[in-house]
Amino acid sequence: MPDNIPSVPETPATPVATVAASPAPTVTAKSAEAKIDRRAFISWVGLGWVTFAAATTGALSIVLRYLFPNVVFEPPTSFKAGFPSDYDPGVVDERWKAKYGVWLVRTAEGMYALSTTCTHLGCTPSWLSTESKFKCPCHGSGFYKSGINFEGPAPRPLERYRISLADDGQILIDKSKKFQQEKGEWNNSESFLNL
Amino acid sequence: MIEAFKIFINSVSSPATIFTLAVIVFILFVSFPKQATSAIVMIPLLIFAAAFLAIGLTDKHFYHIITTPDNVPIVGLIFIFGYFTWYAMRKAVINDERMAQGKPTIEKEETDEKVLVFPYLIFIEFVIALAYSIMLVVWSIFLKAPLEEPANPTVSPNPSKAPWYFLGLQEMLVYFDPWIAGVLLPTFIIIGLCAIPYIDRDPATSGYYSFKGRKFAIIAYLFGFWILWILLIIMGTFLRGPNWNFFGPFEVWDVHKVVPLVNVNLSEIIFIKWFSVGLPKAWFVREAPGILLVLAYLIIPPAILAKTAFKEIYKKLGAARYAILVMLMLMMLSLPIKMYLRWAFNLKYLVAIPEFFFNI
Ligand code: FES
Repeated sequence: MPDNIPSVPETPATPVATVAASPAPTVTAKSAEAKIDRRAFISWVGLGWVTFAAATTGALSIVLRYLFPNVVFEPPTSFKAGFPSDYDPGVVDERWKAKYGVWLVRTAEGMYALSTTCTHLGCTPSWLSTESKFKCPCHGSGFYKSGINFEGPAPRPLERYRISLADDGQILIDKSKKFQQEKGEWNNSESFLNL
Repeated sequence: MIEAFKIFINSVSSPATIFTLAVIVFILFVSFPKQATSAIVMIPLLIFAAAFLAIGLTDKHFYHIITTPDNVPIVGLIFIFGYFTWYAMRKAVINDERMAQGKPTIEKEETDEKVLVFPYLIFIEFVIALAYSIMLVVWSIFLKAPLEEPANPTVSPNPSKAPWYFLGLQEMLVYFDPWIAGVLLPTFIIIGLCAIPYIDRDPATSGYYSFKGRKFAIIAYLFGFWILWILLIIMGTFLRGPNWNFFGPFEVWDVHKVVPLVNVNLSEIIFIKWFSVGLPKAWFVREAPGILLVLAYLIIPPAILAKTAFKEIYKKLGAARYAILVMLMLMMLSLPIKMYLRWAFNLKYLVAIPEFFFNI
């Protein structure tokens, strides 16, 4: 195109003849189009950017949408765990582990609800009843039945959840309230159910 | 005979013995590179490795672990990395000798002219890429990727293993708090590797293999790579079993293996065992010894080394680059130090402040 532009001033010398004989007018038209003025240029670029930004935003918002699942299988944070008589003293009960992530332990004095999340990096330890300890398969942390950490890298004991008796006599566990031993919270009466 | 050998190997296998053995081998390797890379040492070593593998494969358990599709690459990795380390060291030793005799290096003898990346290097890389693609196709046909049941956040497989290239990190996590082993140390590894060309700007020995001209850099790098990364991957792959317990190479992975072990923090050793006074209530009193120890570790060795062993390096690098170099070195060495402290004293954390997730 730039080569054509200088040719434009030459053509007006014989306007009529050129129109009739050669495709010069189209050249002229094209050149006029190419000589887009600053205002038009800026508005076209502006429009281009607006379109680009809109498309990008649209695409990104769809990506963001994926971060929020359509259905969330989140069990309610508090649940009823049956009657105390359903649990044998001295046993770590695993029936709520898969659904709620809770071990219920009954001792001679009462019950407490332990979180099944390792305090090291968050794996789920296994209860080894023969060795009477929780043992994490990821880096080997071990916890006593009480939840106290004694081996491996876990820096603090397993957390306990609030436990109480509902009006109907069932055990009520509230996972929204946690009790951490290293903060002295296990002395809180809500962390232990006296029976 | 073979049974006795297996039992012996199992009984001496522990993280501490294997790690220590590897460090000894490493020190021998860098102290006597000429002998270590010679045929007299390498051929028997290869025969031994092959024999170990052959005998091992007759063992059902060993066979199972070695031939699990996930683990096959690690067996290959040992031999491939071993080969390249040997190759580079061999050439470096030969070049060092030639230079001592006043002869030109191998590379200079091959060509003394500038060689262009395109087409020479690109062509080689292209051929390798082709061969590699073929190998990957064949590999994926013969070694099936294991497909397991859908993931379930409440069930951690036992043992739960990271992908092989992260097993070194997972092994570090056994000795450190997640913040340190999972965030701080990996960051230092990456920053440290990026920083190498800026710390050591000496152009000496570039363009040819040499050990004498780059002793410190090569030893530091090989130690970090072989001992603190590859060895940990090997241990994590082959020797860590259920409950992340350590098993000998011929030991069956028993879920109920009990390793009596009680880990204690430094504060507990000092206040309870030595002074028998019970732990102080306030965390800054309780952790004061540990904090002081860590600060001393970070401050005293750099200061002393700058005046003694690293005097030349200090002069060459200047204060700022020297400080960065020593910090990176200390960070690197903190891993083996912490490992030995764990093995020797069952030490869990030097500084343990669970009150705000700060454990060293
Ligand atoms: S996550 Fe449990 S030991 Fe690391």
